[in-house]
Amino acid sequence: MIESKNNAANQRALEKRTPVWTAMGEVVTSFFKGLNVRRFYHGVGKKKFFEFLLFAVFLLFFYGPLMNTFMLAFANIYQFPDVVPREFGFQWWDFVLSQNTLVESIATSFLLAAGTTVVSLIVCLPAAYALARFDFKGKKLFMFSFLLSNAFPKIGLYTAMGIIFYRFNLMGTIPGVVIVHLINSLLFMIWLPAGAFRNVHSQQEEAARDAGASPFQTFVKITLPLAAPGIAVASMYTFLGSLEEAQGTLLVGFPEINTMATSMYGVILDYPATAGAVFALILIIPSLVVVLLFRKYLVPSSIGKSLTGK
Amino acid sequence: MKTATPKVEIKQLAKVYPNGDGVRDINLDIREGEIITLLGPSGCGKTTILRALGGFIDVTRGSISINGEEVTHLPPEQRPTGMVFQSYNLWPHMTVEENLAFGLKLRKTPKKDIKRRIEEMLEIMRLPGTEKKYPNQLSGGQQQRIAIARSLLLEPAVLLMDEPFSALDAKIRMQMREELKRIQAELNITVVFVTHDQEEAMSLSHRIVVMDKGKMAQVGTPAEIYDKPASTYVASFIGEMNFLERGGEQLAFRPEDVSIHTDGNGMRSGVIRSIMLLGHYASVTIQTENTTIKAFVPRHETVELEEGQTISFDLNKLLTYKKGA
Repeated sequence: MIESKNNAANQRALEKRTPVWTAMGEVVTSFFKGLNVRRFYHGVGKKKFFEFLLFAVFLLFFYGPLMNTFMLAFANIYQFPDVVPREFGFQWWDFVLSQNTLVESIATSFLLAAGTTVVSLIVCLPAAYALARFDFKGKKLFMFSFLLSNAFPKIGLYTAMGIIFYRFNLMGTIPGVVIVHLINSLLFMIWLPAGAFRNVHSQQEEAARDAGASPFQTFVKITLPLAAPGIAVASMYTFLGSLEEAQGTLLVGFPEINTMATSMYGVILDYPATAGAVFALILIIPSLVVVLLFRKYLVPSSIGKSLTGK
Repeated sequence: MKTATPKVEIKQLAKVYPNGDGVRDINLDIREGEIITLLGPSGCGKTTILRALGGFIDVTRGSISINGEEVTHLPPEQRPTGMVFQSYNLWPHMTVEENLAFGLKLRKTPKKDIKRRIEEMLEIMRLPGTEKKYPNQLSGGQQQRIAIARSLLLEPAVLLMDEPFSALDAKIRMQMREELKRIQAELNITVVFVTHDQEEAMSLSHRIVVMDKGKMAQVGTPAEIYDKPASTYVASFIGEMNFLERGGEQLAFRPEDVSIHTDGNGMRSGVIRSIMLLGHYASVTIQTENTTIKAFVPRHETVELEEGQTISFDLNKLLTYKKGA
């Protein structure tokens, strides 16, 4: 009884001496209390705290460089000790877009990427299907061998290829560059679709055969559409991979073939960092478009599924 | 039901896998309009025979004729067979209508006919109006019915079913058996059904082929197989069977053929180990000198029985097998 009386009295006293501005002040101070690291740590618990920390580092790591590039691209004047550019504008955009060779390189890049994707599909899909459906000796080793070409230092591989390319007059030609890009696509283009094909149950193919479809009709009408998401993701990686490939393109295609990626090298060497940033941003656009187009299939689960074959 | 020439004729069929497993010496005539079941434990080769009929595996020896025509080495798309698998029958990226129309389109059936026949078939399957649904919007039982419909639309000479109901719930499974019997009778189709479930085989089939390690152990009607099993293997696989040894012979009798007496008038005696009530009847386990046997007694008779009681019993029906048979 006494206690509740006291409580009521306290409450009345509190209400009396809390005008709006003190309330505001309290809101602000308690907000900053929440920002205090120790309070935050105990408030959310150990696990959440480290997750938050990890997330913050992740954000900085992934978006930091991007933000910096973005800032640089719109800087007219930017010199060493400055953290933020002295003057913003489109000066370097005008410069980059007025360079004919650079614009041409964008067209070449897209042509090459499209060509590489198509050729890679033609070469890799049958292999992926065979790996998914048939058991043969050395299958695991064969799958593993695609990792090898990625494990080697690429430049050594390209040099060896260059020797062969000279003999076949492939140096400085589009087919030559496509072949180089193809090598980088093999891993994704075989592993991902093989997983996707493995997800198509053999009963579903057999049912089609049973209904009167030839093996080819079965593949086209049943297997291919069911595996399409995995194949689309692989094609996207191939396309993007081809867009950004520079080492091999330089070695095999230079100076006849100029792609965005190889021009980038020139831009970085010859012009200030701000021009490089503009070009980098232009390079992001195609990737962004492709990723947006395929974002339906780009969920981690579908990639995981393709890889594990579950 | 019986016709002069069999619908399907399997002669001296063998399929031997590299590890030595497989089926051997399969001779079987399948008559028009019958449901014949291949029954056996897993690994006995029943699915191998079915897949050989469908054209999904190449046989090592022997021949298969359907409608009097040799099909032994034809691919599945050229055989007049329809197959229903245990699961993953339907193509998930197609609607029910597209699934059903697939084979008809390949046969260049006019569009109007396709639509009409799909409607009729869905009516028979009691799934009208599901044309625009995708397989994942249907229950497991409905999906299997669509799979059966898809096969039947192509009017196969023989419908092959590979444990089509084993992935379904017990209750749905019973319904599907009845549905299949009804559809089979309505359309007078010939069905080869594979199962490891003896109850399913008994309830569905006109004839049962009991398989044992790649060979046919016995062929007969469910009643023949149940009443006169050709070997102890068949006897123990179908239904429940008690075995007693006598000299060089084995006596086999069903639990329902044991009658228990409390007045000591029976030929043999034993002690009741346990009484289990199973609905309208009870399963009584009796310990005799050297073995335990099982007896099924009507529920009202269990009133006089209790565990630990010494009773005597008679065998109403008895089969004898040579040892090792």
